[in-house]
Formats: sequence, C-alpha cells, structure tokens
Amino acid sequence: MEVFVQQLINGITLGSIYGLIAIGYTMVFGIIGMVNFAHGDVFMVSAFIALIAYLVLTTWLGVSSVVLALFVVLIVAMLLTSLVSWAIERLAYRPLRGSFRLAPLISAIGMSIFLMNFVQVAQGPRNKSIPPLIRGEFLLIDSATYKVSLSHKQLIIWAVTALLLAAFWYVVSRTSLGRAQRACEQDRKMAALLGVNVDRTISATFVIGAALAAVAGTMYLTHYGVVSFADGFVPGVKAFTAAVLGGIGSLPGAVLGGLLIGLIETFWSAYFSTDYKDVAAFSILAITLIFLPQGILGRPDVEKV
Amino acid sequence: MTAPLLCMRGLRARYGAVIALHGVDLDVAQGEIVTLIGANGAGKSTLMMTIFGDPQAYEGQVIYDGQDITRLPTHEIARLGIAQSPEGRRIFPRMSVLENLQMGAVASAHRQVEADLERVFAFFPRLKERLRQRSGTLSGGEQQMLAIARALMARPRLLLLDEPSLGLAPLIAQHIFDVIRDLNAREKLTVFLVEQNAYHALKLAHRGYVMVNGEITLRGSGRELLERPEVRAAYLEGGHA
Repeated sequence: MEVFVQQLINGITLGSIYGLIAIGYTMVFGIIGMVNFAHGDVFMVSAFIALIAYLVLTTWLGVSSVVLALFVVLIVAMLLTSLVSWAIERLAYRPLRGSFRLAPLISAIGMSIFLMNFVQVAQGPRNKSIPPLIRGEFLLIDSATYKVSLSHKQLIIWAVTALLLAAFWYVVSRTSLGRAQRACEQDRKMAALLGVNVDRTISATFVIGAALAAVAGTMYLTHYGVVSFADGFVPGVKAFTAAVLGGIGSLPGAVLGGLLIGLIETFWSAYFSTDYKDVAAFSILAITLIFLPQGILGRPDVEKV
Repeated sequence: MTAPLLCMRGLRARYGAVIALHGVDLDVAQGEIVTLIGANGAGKSTLMMTIFGDPQAYEGQVIYDGQDITRLPTHEIARLGIAQSPEGRRIFPRMSVLENLQMGAVASAHRQVEADLERVFAFFPRLKERLRQRSGTLSGGEQQMLAIARALMARPRLLLLDEPSLGLAPLIAQHIFDVIRDLNAREKLTVFLVEQNAYHALKLAHRGYVMVNGEITLRGSGRELLERPEVRAAYLEGGHA
C-alpha cells in the first residue's frame, strides 16, 4: 500500500512533465498534420535555458530567494524557448508547407539532430547539474517499514502544471486566438476565407507548445537537478506516445496520456524492472497503434458534413 | 457610370493541373445581385475562390473597389469587406453555432459582435435556438443558414454565395432566396451568386452570366437570360417553364 501511494505520487509528477510536452505534439499535429520530431529537443533546449538562467541569476546577479529565482527562470525559459520554436517553424517547416507530406517530417528530424548536436557542442557532452533548489517534504505515511513522502518540489510541479494547463485551456477555448487555432485545425482554407492569418496562427501554435515544453523543461531540471544534450529524445518520444495514447489532436487526451505514461512507467519500475521501464512505455505505443489507433479521447470522425 | 464594385478582366486560373478559367470578364456593380449559372464543373466555384486568391489567377486581374486584389493573400482579401459562403458550406463542424458566427466576425471592422449576432438571428431565427449546438450536428438547411450567417457577420459590402440552395428542401431554398432579396433591398448589400438552380437565381438577380467550360458565353439581365432559348434548353429544361 505504502509503495503504491508513493509510486502514485511519483507517477503523477513524471506524468505532468510528459503531459506538458505532449500538448506541443498534439497541437502541432492537429493544426498542420505533422509530427514535430524536434519537439523533444526543444524541451531539452528549454532545460538548458533554465539551467543557464538559474546560474546567471544566482551567481552573477546574486538572487538568493529560490522562489523568485525559479519564477524568473520559468519566465525566461518560456520566452526564449518560444522564440527558438518560432524560428524553427519559420525556417524549417513553413517553406515546406504545400510540399509533399514527408518533407516537413524529414526537416523536423533534421532540426532534432541539429539541436542535439548544437547543444552538445556548445554546452559539452556531460551532464550539467544545479544544486537542489527546493528541499523539504511532507511525510504522508510514516510506518515502520516505509515512508511515503510528497516533496515540496513535487508539489510545486503539480501546482505549476495545473496552473499552466488552466491558463492554456482558457486560451484555447475562450479567446479569439484559440478559436482561430481550432478553426485552422478543422478547415484551414475556410479560416483564411474568414480573414484568419493562417501562417500567424500556426506560428502561435508552435510558440504555445514550446512555452509549455519549457515549463516541462524547467520542472524536469528542478526535479532531477541534471540535464544533458541527449535528454530530449527519450522524454520526447514518451510524450509523443502519450499524445498518441490520449488521441493525437486531442488536448485533454495529451494530458491524460501523459499522466498514464508517467504512472505506467513508475509502477513498472517499482514492481517489475527499472531496466525495462522504457520498454513498457513503448510497448504501450505499439499496442495503442494496433488496437486503439484513434487513442482514448480521439474522435473517430462521425460528423455530418 | 461609376466603376463597378467588383471587376474581373481576362481572368485565367488553374485548378491543380487543369486550366479552369479561360479569360473571364465579369462585373458586379454596387447594389446589384449578379448571378453566374452553368453546369457542374464549368468553373463557377473556381471563379469564386479565385476572387479570394486561392487559387491565384495566373493571368488577368481582379479589381475590388478600385484596388487590384489579384495577388493579395486570402485573409487580407477577406478583411476588405468581401465575404463568402463557399461551395460545400465549410462550417466548422466541431464548433458551436455561436463560435462559427464569432469566426465570421474575425474580418469585421466593427467590434459590435452582439449587435451583429442579433442582426443575423433576425434573418435566421433557427440559428438562435441552436446557438450552443455543435454545428456538425445541424441539418443541411441549418448548416447552409449558418454558412450565410457567418459570412454576414463580417458586415461585408460584397457577399459571394456559392450554391446556397444546393441539396435543400424547396421551402428552405425559397427562404434563403428571400433572405438574399431582403438583404439587397433593405441594406443595399451587393450579392454575387453562383447557382445551379438557374430559374430561381435568374429571377432573383438583376443581371446574370452563363459559364461554359471556364468561359462566359452569355450575359444579360436576369429576365433576358430567362427568355433565351439556349438558356431554357440547357438549364431550365424540364424544370420551371
């Protein structure tokens, strides 16, 4: 029981991070029908931006308040990562729009390799670490054999994720930008006929997806304390798996898929084998694609048109 | 005579690899209802989309309100006061009726969405009852009303309608023609209408054009065209006489 509760807590934390990344995959897929393979590396870049911003703040500018530092780091990471993602779309994807379907996909793989290698060269191949930012935990169950705890940083990850998801949900469902995005997703040509600047809306989608990935990157750095140039790939593919599991194109599906993948991975590690945790996550991808290709919350198009 | 509101000169356009328009000359004056009739595949819908630059004409010009709009991007053309209810209606099926109408207001210079909503509900009361419904679940007639209402939300000076009566029950089609006549008479809205229902369209329109294989073959007032034997033979045979 205690192990179960502890793994539940860990799984939700990991799942939050996957969910935040998965939204970027699912939104971009929804609007331009393309899997942005560079998104995982955008996440990794955001963690590096957060790392650098944190070091600049604490060592050069002498900011001592952890909460303030974390807040500033989060904002800086979101802004700069959005800029990176905007530039990627502008340079590597937009010129290929209207080309054959695989062209932007190949371009995305190229961007992924570029980002990974760029960071490797610029930041070095070793793990980069920061000192633990937030210590302390709540002891939930304290039995003789096992202690169940919810650390402060886990709680912060939950809270920040929930807050950002709420803000994001508001933008998509209640603002004119969100409406334009959904319109472009359903019928780009018609959206243009109504005066929507489709290119700009697609850019906005990349920017929002990257901002959420940056939140994930900052949380990842806070949680694990280390990041390396190769850390985009596996979380990226897992977040993609989450998007597919939840139903690619579905925003609630991305969050749900993220949580599920996070939970599956932690429970698998706890009860079976840590070595094979990635196998568990990717088996889910294969099984979903075979038996439930539209995902849990995906829609099997039944509209009357 | 003042320059027409919309004016096409020698317009040529491709649809994919096929040349769909072979040098079209066509005018729509301020305050007119003009209709373009023709068989399936004559290039009528391509012409409607070419006005919006999608596809762009590779030769010739589209002039709107004295401005050459041939090479403008689609969304900028929409912001000049031209609205279209396109072929196939193209409502956003996973959005509510209200959201579809709000999308229509994107190009509106006004920011009085509430007043504009009331205005379109006056023409289509049915939409008000369905405001929160997902528009993919509306009936065909309601979807057509929504497509026209959405175009009206932009407060256009020029309204393009592509086959507004297609697939509708006669009574609903009649209602839609009445609305078009009303908009023109009361609000002096200029309407350019593509129709297969030639009889109704020519009765409604001040002037008409007949298109065959991407070319204009006949032009004249609605009544003139209705009486032309070649029009009767090709488009009215067996229908209304």
